[in-house]
Amino acid sequence: MPDDLINSFMTGPDENGRFGDFGGRFVSETLMPLILSLEAEYERAKTDPTFWAEMDFLWKHYVGRPSPLYFAERLTDHLGGAKVYMKRDELNHTGAHKINNVLGQIILARRMGKTRIIAETGAGQHGVATATVCAKFGLKCIVYMGAHDVERQAPNVFRMRLLGAEVVPVTSGRGTLKDAMNDALRDWVTNVRDTFYCIGTVAGPHPYPAMVRDFQSIIGKETRVQMQEAEGRLPDTLVAAIGGGSNAMGLFFPFLDDKSVNIIGVEAGGKGVDDRMEHCASLTGGRPGVLHGNRTYLLQDGDGQILEGFSISAGLDYPGIGPEHSWLHDVGRAQYVAITDREALEAFQLCCALEGIIPALEPSHALAHVMKIAPDLPRDHLIVMNMCGRGDKDIFTVAKHLGFDMKI
Amino acid sequence: MTRIDAKFAQLRAEGRRAFVAYVMAGDPDYATSREIVLGLPGAGVDIIELGMPFTDPMADGETIQLAGQRALAGGQTLDKTLQIARDLRETDDTTPIVMMGYYNPIYARGVARFLADARAAGIDGLIVVDLPPEEDSELCLPAQAAGLNFIRLATPTTDDARLPKVLTNTSGFVYYVSITGITGAANAQATDVGPEVARIKAQTDLPVIVGFGIKTPEAAQAIAAVADGAVVGSAIVAEIAKGRPVAEVLAFVASLAAGAHRA
Repeated sequence: MPDDLINSFMTGPDENGRFGDFGGRFVSETLMPLILSLEAEYERAKTDPTFWAEMDFLWKHYVGRPSPLYFAERLTDHLGGAKVYMKRDELNHTGAHKINNVLGQIILARRMGKTRIIAETGAGQHGVATATVCAKFGLKCIVYMGAHDVERQAPNVFRMRLLGAEVVPVTSGRGTLKDAMNDALRDWVTNVRDTFYCIGTVAGPHPYPAMVRDFQSIIGKETRVQMQEAEGRLPDTLVAAIGGGSNAMGLFFPFLDDKSVNIIGVEAGGKGVDDRMEHCASLTGGRPGVLHGNRTYLLQDGDGQILEGFSISAGLDYPGIGPEHSWLHDVGRAQYVAITDREALEAFQLCCALEGIIPALEPSHALAHVMKIAPDLPRDHLIVMNMCGRGDKDIFTVAKHLGFDMKI
Repeated sequence: MTRIDAKFAQLRAEGRRAFVAYVMAGDPDYATSREIVLGLPGAGVDIIELGMPFTDPMADGETIQLAGQRALAGGQTLDKTLQIARDLRETDDTTPIVMMGYYNPIYARGVARFLADARAAGIDGLIVVDLPPEEDSELCLPAQAAGLNFIRLATPTTDDARLPKVLTNTSGFVYYVSITGITGAANAQATDVGPEVARIKAQTDLPVIVGFGIKTPEAAQAIAAVADGAVVGSAIVAEIAKGRPVAEVLAFVASLAAGAHRA
């Protein structure tokens, strides 16, 4: 559909959970009744001032919101073009944007009387956020994590255990994030009556993509206000990294109808987006299919078998992407690009050196794209990149790639 | 009338319950799998459920997950799965074949092309785990229009208010999932299942077949006794996984069929 035929990009999804042809509710019958009751509960909560009052209180006093919008002056000087701002969601409690969404889902779970929370995690940030909020509310928490990720994200595994969560290493399939999501879904089907599945990204069956987006939209809402205060106008370009796409959707959504705002999602290009498929760029290197409850762009072979993604960043290592991104891609409202591991590692180091901020490998991808475009943009061009997570968890991975011996 | 309808008419006339067997196409390899499928009618199987391997079988337990992985590692494709059905049809034109699996491999082929290929291969019905009634326009309605049965799963969480939605557009039979869980997990209990089957039968004239958690001839008998038939999948697949010779696998299937037929 051409751009000018759409009145608003902010009305989705429709009553069937569709963003255009994407999204939907592709789940087994056992889960359908629960999905429908979750949708009803979320619809009630959305218009309930007491729900948002509780969210706002916890966002402020527990998470530490609003996160700053920070002008990266030395980075800007170094790049010599556009003014680069960072939305500092890595300063949130637990060190990433994930907790914005977890709080919302756990409050909903409590409203629904669910006592057992399950989650999947890749890099471990969503798992840590879920374990954190469960500890705060005294809820039982089980986190499914691919065995491979358990190995490369050991600090987060220990954090989750300290917080009282049970971490289940997933060995089914190939033991990655998508397999962790499969095992979480299997747990949910088995324990559907008392269990709430806290999904970490804007994917899964309706209403998850919309619900997670709404919770993460606090990022973009704050950015609007803060940029108004700083520069007296809207930003010109938004840049965010995309695995499933929740930090990006959170930044982008409040700006979708501001046509002057250029929106760019950055996928993980791994070793390069080509026929070897050693990447996680679902939009740049995949095609539409159905997985984990929704239709979206997926990495798959000709027979519809799902392929493993590949990225240096465990948080981007997912063969799909949120359905709303697929729609924004197809209607042309947002642009999607890929950044390789090598480029992300360079951006990681530059950010440390110039700004004194150790970024997670996920936003390092966004930063790498900023480094590509900023030099050619005018000095009054305002870029906001989403610094969606801090890099403490990644220093071991980075050290390995840089050939630094971490043994003490 | 499809082969499924004809089969149930015949079973009703003979006063027998149906025994339905599930195997994963291509497990442990194409040739062995083909030999097993071709032997199922002779082992007393009334309806064959032919599993379509998928990388991400989110409703399946470990046994069937691993079967799918073995099949895919052996190079199983949708075309090869359809070939097994075609081969069976050369000698058997009455035993219904129901393809069971997940939507993406079907979607990847294209629904219209898939339905034409399935019809041509002698497939009679489809069970697609991740297509609830809310997504009927995707495959269910086109499949029925193409003359294939679309068999829906009803589960313990499908309450009376929702049941009509599940039964609408279901044809062939209703597959009642005996437990809230994945395949091959908990044991189905006839005392739980009986009232649930009665609840479904109060709203439909379609036969109700029960699956999930049935592992022995005794269980097949007990469950079939309170329904129109029983499905066994994981227990058969587990025998195949042990590398048993085809004759032994088929002997085990025959013992399950005899159990269900005693009901």
